[in-house]
Amino acid sequence: MQYLVSVIDDKTGSGTEEEMVAIRAFNERLRAGGHWVFAAGLAAPETSTVIDARGEEPVLTDGPFIESKEHMAGLWIIEAPDLDVALELMTAGSKACNRRLEVRPLLFV
Amino acid sequence: MNPVDAREAITRAHHAEWSRVVASLARRFGDLDIAEDAAAEAFATAVERWPADGVPPNPGAWLTTTANHKAIDRIRREQKRADKHREAMMLTDDTPLEPLGAIDDDRLRLIFTCCHPALAMEARIALTLRLVGGLTVPEIARGFLVQEPAMARRITRAKNKIAAAGIPYRVPSAQDLPARISGVLAVLYLVFNEGYLATGPGTDPVRAELTAEAIRLTRLIRTLLPGDGEVAGLLALMLLTEARRPARVSTAGELVPLGEQDRGMWSEALIDEGHRLVRERLASGIAPGRYQLLAAVNAVHTDARDARDTDWRQVVALYDQLVRLDPSPIVALNRAIAVAELDGPDAALPAIDRLGDALGGYHAFHATRAELLRRLGRRDESHDAYGRAIALAGNTAETAYLVRRRDELD
Repeated sequence: MQYLVSVIDDKTGSGTEEEMVAIRAFNERLRAGGHWVFAAGLAAPETSTVIDARGEEPVLTDGPFIESKEHMAGLWIIEAPDLDVALELMTAGSKACNRRLEVRPLLFV
Repeated sequence: MNPVDAREAITRAHHAEWSRVVASLARRFGDLDIAEDAAAEAFATAVERWPADGVPPNPGAWLTTTANHKAIDRIRREQKRADKHREAMMLTDDTPLEPLGAIDDDRLRLIFTCCHPALAMEARIALTLRLVGGLTVPEIARGFLVQEPAMARRITRAKNKIAAAGIPYRVPSAQDLPARISGVLAVLYLVFNEGYLATGPGTDPVRAELTAEAIRLTRLIRTLLPGDGEVAGLLALMLLTEARRPARVSTAGELVPLGEQDRGMWSEALIDEGHRLVRERLASGIAPGRYQLLAAVNAVHTDARDARDTDWRQVVALYDQLVRLDPSPIVALNRAIAVAELDGPDAALPAIDRLGDALGGYHAFHATRAELLRRLGRRDESHDAYGRAIALAGNTAETAYLVRRRDELD
């Protein structure tokens, strides 16, 4: 299975160099174990744009689409045989990036 | 066949076989929903057929085979699986009933899956009672004072999460096992306490069906994990608590505190079994965990044939050990109650008052203060504390007791 792991943060641009070092080491571990699919940090939520092209004319709005205290500051997509493996891996991931994480299964169509 | 005998045979089979049938189906079909429905259908078929056809010589095998057929029928009917290959495998899989060891592993898998930490606590409780305990949705809804449709949704949502999130059907690794066992025990202890200290206006003060079910499930886990000290400890704790149930509520529907209970009404069989378990853990020489210590406290109480013979020094010593494992304010409160018995209320009150910030919303904190203040002759403060305890208490028998105690002050 694949899981989307969202990094939960209440500040933007708050990552430290120390955290980056730990995240890089953690990513190496994901690659070595065959769990790596993708990872990225995200720019601040205020930089997002919402598109609605369901009508005739596409409508663009200044994002984010949900106003909340907390936002998604980065993400991983990992490969794991089941949730227990995913949770064990991302327990180390949460320590590495020093943030709370949400682990959510991807659907495949 | 005598319909009463058939009904008894079905009840017995339900207790003995339900979790085995669900667990083996869940492993075979990889789907808890299919397992639950097929098991329920198999038992419904037994209700129809056994009175007429007689009870089969091996009810468990009959139920498992019938449930397997029901599951395959459902899968065929719904074409639920896109994976034809897998379906073909299942249809040709005529594996006979598993040897006992494998089935026991299945039941453990089922229990650990139902009590998975990624599920909300109330979902774990509901799933465990439904899939392992075999209680019906209306029974569980009644037990927890929830509307039936809401309870059904809770169970469905939990099963969906297990399937969609990939919660594995597996006994946890040795490294995770202690934490996961303690998660299972927490679920069972909550079920027990909800039965023993039932909350809600207009409900029975004790819901014996929940305490009985919690004990039955804990016994099951003990047969599956006989070497685990905390499993034995929780079972002993439940037995020694349940043993006092007949004396705990007066005929007037009022809670009777431990010190005033008619000890002749306590169940000797449950006390003997509980004491045996406590002695077994003591003899192991392994440092006890939380449930074992609580069981030991209850063993001291049930050892005293008269409340005045209670070895409070021993109780305080056990709470001292417990505080080191679990420095929570509730443990500290219970320790202070024992200190009050040993050294008097004035020795315990300062320790209790220090817990006010943490336990201000807990009725037992105020009830304890009220009692100690009464003993110290501080009538007005006691009256206020009883008032707070009454406002917070949720158990009808406890409220009745507290109201009488307060009114006796006037």
